[in-house]
Amino acid sequence: MSDHEPSTALLEVRDVNVSADGRDILRDVHFSINHGEFTGLIGSNGAGKTTLFRVILGIQEHASGEVLLHGEPLTRSNRSIGYVPQKVLFDPDLPIRARDLVALGADGHRYGLRRRPRALHDAVDEMLDAVDAGAFADRRVGSLSGGEQQRVLIAHSLISRPELLLLDEPLANLDPGSVQEIIALLHRVAQRQRVAILLSAHEMNPLLPVMDRIVYVANGHVASGTTDEVVRPSVLSALYGHHVDVLRVHGRVLVVATALPVGPAPNDEHPEFVVE
Amino acid sequence: MGWLFEPGWWANGTVRTALLVGFVVAVTSAVVGIFTVMRGQSFAGHALTDVATAGGAGAFLAGVAPLVGFVGGGVLGAGAMDAIGVQRVKGRDIATGVVLGAAMGLAALFLFLSARSSSASGTTQLVLFGSIFTVSPSTLPEVSWLSGAVLVTLAAVARPLLLSSLSVELAAARGVRLRSVGLIFMVVLAVAVGMSAIVIGAILSTALLIGPPASALRVARRVGRAVALAAGLGVLATWVGVLFAYDSYYWFPSHRSLPVSFFVVAAIVVEYLVASVLRRRTRPAPVAASEPEGWT
Ligand SMILES: Nc1ncnc2c1ncn2[C@@H]1O[C@H](COP(=O)(O)OP(=O)(O)OP(=O)(O)O)[C@@H](O)[C@H]1O
Ligand SMILES: [Mg+2]
Repeated sequence: MSDHEPSTALLEVRDVNVSADGRDILRDVHFSINHGEFTGLIGSNGAGKTTLFRVILGIQEHASGEVLLHGEPLTRSNRSIGYVPQKVLFDPDLPIRARDLVALGADGHRYGLRRRPRALHDAVDEMLDAVDAGAFADRRVGSLSGGEQQRVLIAHSLISRPELLLLDEPLANLDPGSVQEIIALLHRVAQRQRVAILLSAHEMNPLLPVMDRIVYVANGHVASGTTDEVVRPSVLSALYGHHVDVLRVHGRVLVVATALPVGPAPNDEHPEFVVE
Repeated sequence: MGWLFEPGWWANGTVRTALLVGFVVAVTSAVVGIFTVMRGQSFAGHALTDVATAGGAGAFLAGVAPLVGFVGGGVLGAGAMDAIGVQRVKGRDIATGVVLGAAMGLAALFLFLSARSSSASGTTQLVLFGSIFTVSPSTLPEVSWLSGAVLVTLAAVARPLLLSSLSVELAAARGVRLRSVGLIFMVVLAVAVGMSAIVIGAILSTALLIGPPASALRVARRVGRAVALAAGLGVLATWVGVLFAYDSYYWFPSHRSLPVSFFVVAAIVVEYLVASVLRRRTRPAPVAASEPEGWT
């Protein structure tokens, strides 16, 4: 990957290093995301997925490296990125309806109290329908269930028509049926709006049918490419620093540690038995 | 209605000034208070009142206009809290507590010193419990200007403030300057509580800041309506307080009026109880109550 060739990627993460409390969290992370693609960001707890999202958004200090959108560094006004954070706890007493939260996705960063144009109200309705949230549009966000809030947050992050949508573990805490629903919904919306998606998860299996590319994080490093390129014993073994096997059973992928590593003391990055 | 409005009520200039200043202060407190409650900064609001008190007491001691002392003190306190770390949620209570403690110490010292200088007897009573009946008519324009500045500033940052009250992460991702917006709000809050400290006193201005918004947030489902309702409740409580305090002069043979602040706070408490009852009535659905509280 040469620095000189013109970038056609939507997002390019170049040699990002992050450390906190003297510990390296991400090391020389580099990968890119193309227009309209669905990318899975896969890694176990503490692998650095949330940290990576925050770096991409420009709200996490990092020691070195850069993030380019259309080949340009991110600025405050250049925010063609939507974000659904991992943990959002809405206070049920806040007088904010689902539709208000969605509207704030369009003008929540603007100063002044100009009246919201008719077109914005229409866009909010349209967005709520697109994520099947019309039924609870007028309820307080804090009173919605986790899955319902998830949909509203997706609408919130999409209403500004971003080119890239970051979703941090949107499938955690959803029952299997809702997981399929949300994935199908994201896939549908992504194609209709031509938005690229970077979605983090522990489990890659539910994403296999929709995922164009995968970014696999372990030990602070990433490997990226198509699933077939990345989810291979050689690539993942190099990433984990010890041997792992990849089993494909009934259309599912299992990453299995063959034995405990010899050498340096084990750390929590090692797959116990089955990671996926 | 003769029993309600005792003799001289309509013609009394002091009463008129009290009602007008009370109106301005109540509206400002209520609007700022909605955001204070939503951001979970009630404690900071209360602490800033104590800082304003120190400023007010200092102003009496130095012979400066009390308004300058109250508001100036509050703004300095807001700056100090920001510097110590009110921005981080975890640092908030600590920063607030540190500034609160320092302010109480200073206030105690200033009040002690001014009580010793004979000319300022009753300062303690005035600073802590307010003096809406002693507000001079010339204060009205000053308070109005301050209030205007507070409301305009708040309107300017309302949406970023709202989004960051909902979720700091979402706001940061949208490009909201969290630190600037947070600091602007603290200064606005300081000015608002400084103003109300003059009118109903430092100790009870927290009640005007938090009470009506808390009641409004119990029943309103939209921010705009909550703001309007809180302002209405605040004005109502203040006016009822002024009226009853005026009337109370005629209640006892000794002709000693009861303090305005007592009636204001009593009205606020009644409003809150009513709002709580209304809320229970409007949301009877037991299903809604047992819903999961967001996902983790
Ligand atoms: N503010 C911080 N200070 C110190 N260490 C941090 C901080 N934030 C995160 N870390 C550490 O960085 C590592 C990566 O954290 P991160 O939250 O990015 O992981 P993750 O992949 O999102 O995990 P999960 O799947 O549990 O959400 C963890 O070891 C975490 O302890
Ligand atoms: Mg995470």
